[in-house]
Amino acid sequence: MQPLLTVSERLLGGIFDIESLVDKLLHQLACKQSIIVNVYDTTDPVKPISMYGTNLTGDDMYHKSILHFGDPLRKHEMHCSFTHKPPFPWLEITTSIGTLVIALLIGHIFHATVNRIAKVEDDYRKMMELKKQAEDADVAKSQFLATVSHEIRTPMNGVLGMLQMLMDTELDITQQDYVRTAQASGKALVSLINEVLDQAKIESGNHELEYVRFDLRVLLDDVLSLFYGKSQEKGIELAVYVSDKVPEVLIGDPGRIRQIITNLIGNSVKFTEKGHIFVSVDLVEEVMCLTEAEADFQSMNTLSGLPVADRRHSLENFKIFSQDTPVFPHAFLSTSSDLINLIVSVEDTGTGIPQGAQSRVFTPYMQVGSSTSRVHGGTGIGLSISKCLVGLMKGEIGFVSEPNVGSTFTFTAVLTRGHANSSEYKSREFHGMRAWVVDHRPSRAKVARYHLRRLGIHVELVTDLYQAFLRLMNNGKSIVNMMLIDKEAWPRDADLWPLLINVLQKGNQSSMPKLFLLDNPTSFSKSKSSNSLESILTVITKPLRASMLAVHLRRAMGLGEKESFGNGDIPRSSLCNLLDGKHILVVDDNKVNLRVAAGALKKYGAEVTCADSGKEAIKKLEPPHKFDACFMDIQMPETDGFEATRIIRKMESDANDRINHGEVDHGNALRWHVPILAMTADVIQATQEECRKCGMDGYVSKPFEGEQLYREVTRFFN
Amino acid sequence: MLGLGAGNLEADMNRLIAVLFHQGVLDEQFIQLRQLQDDSSPNFVYEVVTIYFRESEKLLRNLRALLTDRECTDYMKMGIHLNQMMGSSSSIGAKSVRNVCAAFRTASDHSNWIGCIRSLEVLEHEYCYLKNKLHEFLQIDQQMMIVAGVRYHPLLQQ
Repeated sequence: MQPLLTVSERLLGGIFDIESLVDKLLHQLACKQSIIVNVYDTTDPVKPISMYGTNLTGDDMYHKSILHFGDPLRKHEMHCSFTHKPPFPWLEITTSIGTLVIALLIGHIFHATVNRIAKVEDDYRKMMELKKQAEDADVAKSQFLATVSHEIRTPMNGVLGMLQMLMDTELDITQQDYVRTAQASGKALVSLINEVLDQAKIESGNHELEYVRFDLRVLLDDVLSLFYGKSQEKGIELAVYVSDKVPEVLIGDPGRIRQIITNLIGNSVKFTEKGHIFVSVDLVEEVMCLTEAEADFQSMNTLSGLPVADRRHSLENFKIFSQDTPVFPHAFLSTSSDLINLIVSVEDTGTGIPQGAQSRVFTPYMQVGSSTSRVHGGTGIGLSISKCLVGLMKGEIGFVSEPNVGSTFTFTAVLTRGHANSSEYKSREFHGMRAWVVDHRPSRAKVARYHLRRLGIHVELVTDLYQAFLRLMNNGKSIVNMMLIDKEAWPRDADLWPLLINVLQKGNQSSMPKLFLLDNPTSFSKSKSSNSLESILTVITKPLRASMLAVHLRRAMGLGEKESFGNGDIPRSSLCNLLDGKHILVVDDNKVNLRVAAGALKKYGAEVTCADSGKEAIKKLEPPHKFDACFMDIQMPETDGFEATRIIRKMESDANDRINHGEVDHGNALRWHVPILAMTADVIQATQEECRKCGMDGYVSKPFEGEQLYREVTRFFN
Repeated sequence: MLGLGAGNLEADMNRLIAVLFHQGVLDEQFIQLRQLQDDSSPNFVYEVVTIYFRESEKLLRNLRALLTDRECTDYMKMGIHLNQMMGSSSSIGAKSVRNVCAAFRTASDHSNWIGCIRSLEVLEHEYCYLKNKLHEFLQIDQQMMIVAGVRYHPLLQQ
């Protein structure tokens, strides 16, 4: 044993010197990390003998290498390990966790997106289905209406026709009364049905506005005449005023404007028991430029003296008024602009609309109270139809209403200026005459002045009889041809009358002004002083109408009777007048229809030629020809109505070209265009657009309906 | 004596028309048609009704011919004929005939042969009834005209 110990001592001593060297070396090799090296003698695996190095490491990781010192009896191991424990790999962990999280998030996003897309597609599919269902329902609805429209009307017309025939037979008083009641109900039902169908037609958007020339003043006269009877019964004063700035001829849809105004006035008449109903038409620009003082003055001095709901409150809500007023308002008033912004107001002194119901006014089928339809009749559709129509005319409609004071409905519409036809009838007989209107209410006097101005008479307003008297005294009689005095102004200065008449009578009879009393129809009682004035005074009943005024004036002036143009109903004689002597071509492949249509037109005095196919029509309408109009059936075999019209228009344009080039002289014809009207059995199918596209000028339904025929024919033969 | 006759005739006429209206055989258009008859065209109704009968009988014959063969029925042509018949019936106010034509047309649109055969039978029946009643009407009408002519004969004036 001894030599080994000495060897090992020597070795140990030797190893001690090399330790630091080995350390340094290993340090260099291991990249500056300090390494601990332990060498063990592991001959006895349970108890290893440490031969070199410190024992600090413990059981952490170490690298074990077997060492061979050349001694077969002993085993040696070398354990190498780092001095310092490896740092906890925070960076690695967080990086990987972060990446994992990001990956998870991305995965989630994708998943969510795909889900959402799937859901949206699903919803879209469902919506398309629903949309298709809704469209089908809509189509079914309009088809239903198309079939039902004629079907409903026909039996009602049958009932009314039979009632009319019944009226013509011998009936006693009770029976007549019953029949009249039945007739009234029937007519109400027909108008109700028409309203409902109108509403549906407008809602379905099938409506197109017409663009024809018309005279607004005449239209208003017509509309007013519808309400004479009713207003007379109730003792309400009815008046209309159109501002001078509104042009004589306008281009728009008169039928629809008439419908709106009739509806508004009808409502007013229903709900008014006293006072007045006043329709005024102005230009928007005029109203905008009205100063506060003028507007206040207007609202204080109403037609009948009763207070009214001031329309300015509703005007505030109109978009057209809330626009910033331009710096130069004159620009609006320039007469060269063709667009006319009309504002129409219907003001009444009726019961008004309760505050709670005001928001529902334009909702279809809504009426103010549940008893309204029982008491007043109607379905409550009129206002909603009016609102749609006003919208189509690019206008707005609104109202202001105070319970027990009255309501004022106002709407605007955009129309175009039309150019007055110089060949139209214009009365020249009163031109240059002077008249005085004696009335203490300025708005009523304004109405009378408006009607007189239409006849070309120069008007001055006089507040009362006393003023008139003074003027006569100062200026002599020659300056006035006629005086219109309102009945209300009469009793105020009644004692002045005899004096006035004296003064007037002093001069020659011929230059004495004619006197007219403007009276409401209800009060027929004459006051005491009027008996002596009967010979000089003529009573004109209100509401005033320019044509009726002309008749009275003519009679008073002894100018003789002339034909007065009818208002209100469209009598058959007017249709006769229009069609008398005109050459009309009727085209229909159905012999029965041909015969009936020809018979109807012949009755109105027209010269009718029949054609039973499109080809024949084309042959007959090749220029030159002497036809004034053509009624063409649409559904014909071979060449149908549209095709035939297209060919005829082509022929006409060729002929016009030849005339323009001076090649052919077709007599007096400057331009060939024969009015072609389509005859359709189903008015909803053949739309205006289709007819217009191929060159037709309008359509009528077959069998002919009097009013529609008249309306279409007036457009060409006026 | 003649005056009384005229009164009776008128009552008969009115009764006939009232019944036809009530049954839905005629409608308002027929009345309009009557109004077109006047001194300048005294036989207007008679002429129109005669043309109607002629045309309708032709159409009915054609319709029956089209429906003989179940396999190759030309529904399009049937539709055209039916449109014609509907149009002429509307013009004279023959409501019941027109309504049956409408139903017939629906059956033909759906190429329903049995429906068409049935509709044709109903149509022929309605048409027969209408024809009889219109003949009655024309008879009374003619008689009324004769009476009126006699009444205004200068020899019989008081």
